Amino acid sequence: MNAKYEAVIGLEVHSQIKTDTKVFCNCSTDFHSQPNTNICPVCTGQPGVLPVLNKKAVELLVRTGLALECRINKKSVFARKQYFYPDLPKNYQISQYDLPFAEHGKLNISVDGGVKTIGITRIHLEEDAGKLVHDIGMKKLDYSLADYNRTGIPLMEIVSEPDMRTPQDAAAYLTALKSLIEYLETSDCNMEEGKFRCDANVSIRPVGQKEFGTKAELKNMNTISGVEEALVYEIQRQIEVVENGGKIVQETRTWDPDEKVTKSMRSKENAHDYRYFPDPDLVPVILDDDFINKIKKDIPELPEKRKQRLISECGLSQYDANVIISDKALADYYETALETASKQSDNSGKQIANWITTELLGKLNSAKLTIKESPVKAENLGTLVALIIKGTISGKIAKMVFEDMFNDGKDPDTVVKEKGLVQISDEGAIVAICKEAVAESPKIVEEYKAGKERAIGAIVGLVMKKSKGKANPQMVNKILIDLLKQ
Amino acid sequence: MKISKKDVDYVAALARLEFEQKEEEKLTEQLASILGYVDKIKEVDTSKIEPTSHGFSGENVWREDTVVKSSEQTIESIFKNAPAKDGMFFKVEKVMDMED
Repeated sequence: MNAKYEAVIGLEVHSQIKTDTKVFCNCSTDFHSQPNTNICPVCTGQPGVLPVLNKKAVELLVRTGLALECRINKKSVFARKQYFYPDLPKNYQISQYDLPFAEHGKLNISVDGGVKTIGITRIHLEEDAGKLVHDIGMKKLDYSLADYNRTGIPLMEIVSEPDMRTPQDAAAYLTALKSLIEYLETSDCNMEEGKFRCDANVSIRPVGQKEFGTKAELKNMNTISGVEEALVYEIQRQIEVVENGGKIVQETRTWDPDEKVTKSMRSKENAHDYRYFPDPDLVPVILDDDFINKIKKDIPELPEKRKQRLISECGLSQYDANVIISDKALADYYETALETASKQSDNSGKQIANWITTELLGKLNSAKLTIKESPVKAENLGTLVALIIKGTISGKIAKMVFEDMFNDGKDPDTVVKEKGLVQISDEGAIVAICKEAVAESPKIVEEYKAGKERAIGAIVGLVMKKSKGKANPQMVNKILIDLLKQ
Repeated sequence: MKISKKDVDYVAALARLEFEQKEEEKLTEQLASILGYVDKIKEVDTSKIEPTSHGFSGENVWREDTVVKSSEQTIESIFKNAPAKDGMFFKVEKVMDMED
């Protein structure tokens, strides 16, 4: 980025609240249903119907708001946002305007080894719109198809303050927010299913200037890295416009992930006038301290705290701890493995983290599996590490065992037994092999006795070969030194 | 409050309505009269009254998160209320941009 300018970025995240039913009717929120099977007179806006609020949606939003250190408003009101669009059968969206459920929160993010605090302006509850289909397979249609299954599904819109200055800040914020929500289990955050969507407001200004520049709103980024890429492009575009004497126009731009550019979406409808007003069909929501405290008590350990605990209690490095807590399922996996290992051996925390970050994640990645789909169960990884620590198998053998565990889903004890991989730690047995090896290597023994201590390595190698890698290497070393003294 | 023809055009465009010139003139007059009445109401001193968002009192009307499936008959009658369908979908005019 040109050093003369800095960017100002604020993000709006729409996250689908994890309820079984829609926000104002009893229709299912199931993503995989056939088109237009989860619809009813309420969500399709038939005349004379009345919406009734889903209490669970409010509870989950408040839970999210509390975790983001928001103030929960005692009184909240729903408002109608009015516009015409075929994905909105009522011609208005039920949302919130001046009295949202939560306001004035914050979220800490880690960037470049430091910590930044990003303000949360507000979190409000609103209903999702339907899904429009513009083509079938490769065929472009000359009309559009509407599926109202998604219409009325509860969303929490989380609006940040314009506190981010770089695309990396934005990516770190989204990663931290997504991870927090996954810990809270208030949304699935499945980006492919559109359950965690992000729009970005971005402007540039000369470094040192207090006032904001004119912003553009970016849409259609479907991944966190997409948001980052779109921001990098858009910031550069705005700098070029200004450097060439042009002016930034306030507009909505769409990210084209194939061409890697943002494109203006200017249309006749761009001058929106939503005419918000309180929805007369829905009475205000009053949340008392009891309601809020009950939810507060139920909030689980959050990622930041869990990270600190893994560092102090399990001896993990910042880096390993960051990798492991970034995904709740992964952190749960780690702790399950650790629990299993701890029953069998001590000090396995760091080794388990190593196995996860260096072996397991790479393998899962190339097999396109998530941690929940891992063929190696957490308990089995814990047992494997315990086997190494106890000296039952060597680290080298463990890699072979892990390979079999990943490919066949077997537990380590079975693999070790089936293949006869148990490390030989029986002194008598090792002494016997060592004696054999010494007898077979008179020249090396001579060299060793003449003072070339390194020569012993060749005999150790022979012992390992004879034992098919199963002899305990530390014991072999010690026994050989004793034998050669005689 | 003054209402101009421009205001009427603007509101009509937002509501996707079109009017003949004569209707427009009539509406301008009627809207001016309605808003004039609002001006009159505004004379009442409400400085000590909290803004009212609803015409009736009550709060926290909500329900449990339990799925109730619509019957096939209900879904069929929803489709009958729509101008056009295509298979399992509602058929609408082609739109490409501006998904909010």
